[in-house]
Amino acid sequence: MKKNNLLRAVALFPFLIWIILLIVVPVILIAYYGLTNADGVFSLDNFRQFFQPNYLRVFGRSLYLALLATVICLLVGYPIAMILAGNTFKRKTLLVVLLIAPMWMNFLLRTYAWLTLLEGNGVFNTILQSLGLPKQAFLGNVNAVVFGMVYNFLPYMIFPIYTSISKIPKNIIEAAKDLGGGNVICFFRIILPLSVPGILSGVTMVFVPGVTTFVISQFLGSGKITLIGDIIEQQFMHAGNWGFGAAISIIVMIAVVLCMWLVNRFSDDSEVIMP
Amino acid sequence: MMKFFKKIYFYLILLFLYAPILTLVVFSFNEAKSRGKWGGFSLRWYKELFQNAEIMDALLSTVLVALLAALISTVIGTISALALHKSGTFFRKTMINLTYLPMMNSDIVTGVSLMLLFSFLHFELGFVTLLLSHITFCIPYVILSVMPKLYGLNPSVYEAALDLGASPLQAYRKIVLPDILPGIISGFLISITLSIDDFVISFFNTGNGVKNISILVYTSKTGVKPENYALSSIMFGAVLILLLIINIKEKKKATEGNY
Repeated sequence: MKKNNLLRAVALFPFLIWIILLIVVPVILIAYYGLTNADGVFSLDNFRQFFQPNYLRVFGRSLYLALLATVICLLVGYPIAMILAGNTFKRKTLLVVLLIAPMWMNFLLRTYAWLTLLEGNGVFNTILQSLGLPKQAFLGNVNAVVFGMVYNFLPYMIFPIYTSISKIPKNIIEAAKDLGGGNVICFFRIILPLSVPGILSGVTMVFVPGVTTFVISQFLGSGKITLIGDIIEQQFMHAGNWGFGAAISIIVMIAVVLCMWLVNRFSDDSEVIMP
Repeated sequence: MMKFFKKIYFYLILLFLYAPILTLVVFSFNEAKSRGKWGGFSLRWYKELFQNAEIMDALLSTVLVALLAALISTVIGTISALALHKSGTFFRKTMINLTYLPMMNSDIVTGVSLMLLFSFLHFELGFVTLLLSHITFCIPYVILSVMPKLYGLNPSVYEAALDLGASPLQAYRKIVLPDILPGIISGFLISITLSIDDFVISFFNTGNGVKNISILVYTSKTGVKPENYALSSIMFGAVLILLLIINIKEKKKATEGNY
């Protein structure tokens, strides 16, 4: 028995190093940098700096655009999850593979490719012109940023919902139909409530990366739309103001934890589904 | 009729997801250098790809980091899952909650926090820090895919092995390991995928000219070279073929009825 305990302690050693050094200490360091000034003395200046109208506006915009993208992903993705879980197609696994495959393509290259399609002299505008229609400015506005978020994060919405719909026992739906429930009633009273765990994990998996992205805003927003991720990136990589960057990171972290807490209040078995 | 609309809708979404990928593939065969203009079919960029030292270096870093990170996190993750499984409830729950932390945190916060750690320890940013950061975000996914398999085990089989004279290590190797192998393999594959696709965490934790493909694309965003299109087309083709093979194999397995 003693030998077993020793074995377990040895086995846990790398895990503990990892969790303390690479997970816990970095979080403490963020808090340290955020809560001290340049001289290393405790101060709330970094947080005070954040609560100015211009930064709050950026934060509000990030939350709003990410929320918009999340709602669109839900509305577009839910039917796809239902179609996938239903009996429209025979070769379902193949279709699942086809939906996952784009995620293996480098995220930046995929986003970059949209530039080729949407830019001023891009493919879509060339098509429009050849049809005698005026050129459109697709890029450099909030629509482009939301579009990019929807494109990149849609699969993260589809798969958790697909998993929870697939788990619904068929006989429950049959029972509802036997008892006289139509398709609409069946959807609102059986399928939708039972897929809530999937919806919630999909919502967090779209919303969290959406709030903090800086690639999409820089590529598709042409740098004109500033999100909170852009500010963090600037503070660390260009402005060299790590304290302020750390303070914003803490605020983002708290916002994310609040979201997760809200989600967990609604479901006990929220699950994370990865590609 | 409804079925028809469902199919149309599904194919439209597929088209939406594949539009940029098709664009990349088409333009990888484009003779002209500028994107958006078609200059005739050519394999020029595929030839130049293999002569482009910068891209080849980035590819090597990407693959090397992905393989090493996946391997190390699979080993640490699996051992940790085994040890945690046998630990007391309170300790296990606390540790698993901490394990979730990097999964819950947004990438940018994880990336920034690790960068602060490395600077605090006076580690020079480069290949090692890049690898460490990837190991950090891969371990939780390995633990998460191995844990459920451990809970699904029948403890009597392990006990029977002990009763029949196997040492605990032998029993683990011969009884437990084969049963949780699918979880270990999927943890490994998820790690490779995450590592290859990661940009944000790598961005904050690399330096000294070490670039993976994502960072190469980001730093050349004003003019991604057509060679990159060729590279991504090759990579995508490889992944698609791999996925289809796995799909066909699983189908065969399912029809044979031995899971």
